[in-house]
This record gives sequence, structure tokens and C-alpha cells, in this order.
Amino acid sequence: MNIAVLIKQTPDTAELPKISVEEARSGELRATMVLNPWDEFAVEEAIDLSDRFGCETTAVSMGRAGETDALKHALAMGVENALLVDEEVASGGDEWAAADALAAAVTRVGEEGDVELVLTGKMSVDGNSGVIYAGVACKLGWDLLVNVTRIVDIADGKLIAEQAFEGGQETVEVPMPVVISVAKEINEPRYPSFMGIRKASRAAIPVLGSADIHVAASSTARWTDLEKPEVEQVQVRIIEGDSVEEKAARLADVLMAEKVI
Amino acid sequence: MTILVWIEQNDGQAVSNCWELLAKARALGQELDTEVAALLIGSDVEEAAQQAFAYGAGRVLAATDSSLARFRLQPFVEIAEQAVERTGAVAFLANASIRGGVLAATVACRQNAGIAASATDLWVEDGKLVAARVIYSGNIRARIQFESHLAVASVRPRSFPMPEASERTGTVETLDATLNEDDIRQKITDFRAAEAGEISLTDAHIIVSGGRGVAADPQKGFELVGELAQTLGAALGASRAAVDAGYIPYKHQVGQTGKTVKPDLYVACGISGAIQHLAGMGNSKIIVAVNKDPNAPIFERAKYGIVDDLFTTVPALTAEFSKRLK
Repeated sequence: MNIAVLIKQTPDTAELPKISVEEARSGELRATMVLNPWDEFAVEEAIDLSDRFGCETTAVSMGRAGETDALKHALAMGVENALLVDEEVASGGDEWAAADALAAAVTRVGEEGDVELVLTGKMSVDGNSGVIYAGVACKLGWDLLVNVTRIVDIADGKLIAEQAFEGGQETVEVPMPVVISVAKEINEPRYPSFMGIRKASRAAIPVLGSADIHVAASSTARWTDLEKPEVEQVQVRIIEGDSVEEKAARLADVLMAEKVI
Repeated sequence: MTILVWIEQNDGQAVSNCWELLAKARALGQELDTEVAALLIGSDVEEAAQQAFAYGAGRVLAATDSSLARFRLQPFVEIAEQAVERTGAVAFLANASIRGGVLAATVACRQNAGIAASATDLWVEDGKLVAARVIYSGNIRARIQFESHLAVASVRPRSFPMPEASERTGTVETLDATLNEDDIRQKITDFRAAEAGEISLTDAHIIVSGGRGVAADPQKGFELVGELAQTLGAALGASRAAVDAGYIPYKHQVGQTGKTVKPDLYVACGISGAIQHLAGMGNSKIIVAVNKDPNAPIFERAKYGIVDDLFTTVPALTAEFSKRLK
């Protein structure tokens, strides 16, 4: 059993507020690009599982030619192989075209060695959809578990995991192959080691382009009218008083008057 | 033509934010001249199905089977697609919970339909449904124009007002669960419900949150913040700094790497107001900040503030509200 971990290169979260409408529209971002923070948990889990079960790990990312920083970060953390899918293969397409391209890449990795598990983060900090992995599972025809907080065991072609939802937590058993999106609670991602960074910097990362995989065109929705959400300008009213009790009473007065309590 | 709304439920109890969505669907349906149908999937959903009529569904479809007692994607998608087909749905809407999100995405992909994930608004333009959602973690807003026959959206809780229930009842149409337990690949072997009485952050009308300001005595600090939350019937939140420091579990985290919330009242106790925190709670109707530091950025977004120590202010607020809410 081998693992493919799907990752994305996204803007540094501290720089997200600075992204302009023009940058978002063109995709030409000035921000520092990093491994999507949610995907770090998936990369860490892939490495943990390879230690536990002795499997091979491959990080797969879709992006522009040369956009390999996130893949190199994954390699530096300890993933064995990396593969870039040139986003040209799904050019102008929607989430389902992207999912189709990633599913094709997973199948390609699987031809080298039997991939039975796809791991990914819960969403990207730029697209915020959390739908790509559902699309990948759908295109591959595999089962899907989301918000997984622990992979308990993999044995006899089955995977046992714990997954959380708003109302609680459950343990679920599913036959392989399976796509899993992981939750933040699953682990503590490691920092790349110095040796890892050196090795990753020298790695040659293969690229899959439109000559290698065929993606069905899909354009089911368009994102238009991008804008900066207006932030309501509020002038804070500091509640004064001679004692905390007095301040508390005055705050209670205004909140009761606002009818929010 | 129908707008189909999935009503999430746990042990027969509907997730209340689905009623917000159903009422919105009804308003959209009037504009589009389409009927609105509610879909319930579970093992015991009769009561929730009748509630769906009371909250505005023109039709209610239900699949009831012991194999559907807990959410599993494979059988739930199978039934949702059956309902889409049966009603000739032009839209399939779900709440943007963990399950609603994955159900909507999978139905959309299988039906080759456009999706607006975690939508924040829905409206009609030129006789067609349109959605809004935010990208870049709340920093850019986009309009989603559907190019497919079926439009699919998962919608964030508290995007629309909670409707009043009417006295309406009706006859529930039955959908057949075509999969046997043997056909369902996933098996749930253990289930632990969240603590009873715990209010979820995304559904809460009021949230009281604590941050690094509790550092002098984190245990005592969150005890005080928790008491205020309890007094106000509020959910308990926290900043990333408080979670990372180990003061409180991650499930309470509000912000870019935690939950996005939109309560009527957000009380930030000892939270400086880092941009990542504001990204998760900046849309709250009224923000109140309690902080020792008058220069904390949270005061730039708060409507009301108290500049004082939370260890004395928060218990004073608890005492004051206990008196008033008796």
C-alpha cells in the first residue's frame, strides 16, 4: 500500500489580507507562497503512516510550471517523491476539472506502485472550498472520509479512523482504497530538517502535462464580481466607570438596549 | 422544478440552521416560481419532517431506514440523487456543516453541477439562482454564477434569519433506501456524542471568547470566561494564542485556522484582535472587547469596550447579567 498526499501552494496566511481584487482575478499574486497550512497535517500524517506501515509516499500538487516550493517543503519534511501537475491540463476549468486532473495524477502514481490511500488537508486558504477531495474521491470511485482526527489502524485491506463532526466523534471502518481529508487535531506537523531541506533543494520534480493526462473539460460555475468585503467602520465606545461593577452595569444597559441579550 | 433542501439531523433532532436555509429557499422559490422540498434522511425523522412543513417546505421527502441512522456518504448521496431526480431539482442546498459540505460537493460532482461551497448569500438574478462566497480566507468576496442545470450550494450557518414555525403539517413522501447494510462499505463502530448542552460556535447567538489575556492564571481565566458564557447561554470560544498555549482545546478556536462565526454578540476577553482572529469573527453583529491594553487592535473593530483586567471585569459581568437574566 502506498500513499499520495495532495497539496497546494498558497499565499502565506499573514499576507492574505493584502491580496487585491486584481491579483485574485489574474492569479498573479505578489504574496510569499508556502505549503497550504491545512495540507501540512496531511503531509505529516503520510510520513507517520509510512513509518508505521512501511509504505511509500508521494506528494502531488497542481500549479503553474515551476511552482514547486510547496512540493519541496513536503520533500524536506520527509515525503519520498513529488509530482507537479501543470495546471494547464485543467485550464479554464472548474473544481471538477481540477479534481479530474488530480485523480489522473493519483492513478499515474499508482501505476508505479499501488496507491490505496489519498490524504489531503481540509481546505486551501485561498479557495476555501474544501470540495476538491470530494471530487477526487468521486472521479476515482473511492470512498471518502472527512475531518479525520486519527488513523487508528490499517489492516486486511481496511482502514479504521476516527472522524469528528459538529455533534461528536465516531470511529469508522472502511475498505481501501480511500480518500481522507485530515483535521488539525490529527498531528503536530514537523519542521523540515536541515538535511531534508538540502536534499529537497536538489530534487528534480517530474511534471505531468496535457501530453501525459487527459482531463475532461468542465465549467459548471463561474466566479465573477470579485470585491473586497466592506469592513464596517465602527467607533468603539469605551465604557467608563469608577469600579468594574459600575462598568459591568453600564455595559449590561447598552447590550440590553441593543437587544442582543 | 424544485429547490431541494437537505435537513441535517442527529437522532431525529434537526440541526436548527437548516430551517434558516429552508425559509430562505422558500423566498427564493417564490421569486423563481418553483416549489421548495425538504429532504430528510435518517432512521427516525417523522417529527423533523413535520417541522419542515412548519418552516416552509411545500413538499417533504424522507428516507427512513435503520441503515441511515448515522451519516455515511455512500447511502446519503444515493438518496439525495434519488430526491434530485424525483423532484426535478434545479437547486440542491445543504448547510455548510462538515457533513452538509461533503454531501453537497459529492452530489454536485456526480451530477456535474456547479457548486458554491460555504456560500454566504443566495439571491435571484434574471430568473436564475446566484450565490456569494468568500475566498482568500474572507479577504475577497465572489459572486458565483451557475452554468449547469443543477445549482448546488452549502450555506454557512446564520447567513439568514431564523424563521418562525407555522402550524402547517403535511404528508411526507417516502423515498426508498435502495442500499442494504451489506452494500454500504463504511461501518461506524463507535460513536461519542458531544457533551450534552454544549452550544456549537457556528450556531450560537452569543459567543464569549478568551485569549492570551488569561495567561496570568489560564485555568482560572477560562473558568471565569466559561461562567460568563454559561450565564449568557453563549458558546465558549478562544483565540489561537490560547489554544496553542494549551489553555483550551482546539474545537473552541475562532479565526482563520479555527471556526468562522457570526453571532449577534461576540464578547472578546483578553483577545488582542490579530488579523487571523478578526477573519473568523469580524462579521459578528456586535463585538464587545474587554482588554487591559487600550491600544489592542480589537478595539478598532469593537462597538463597546472595557479597558480593565479581565480577572475582575468578567466576574463583574457575570454577576450583573445573573441579576438581570433571572
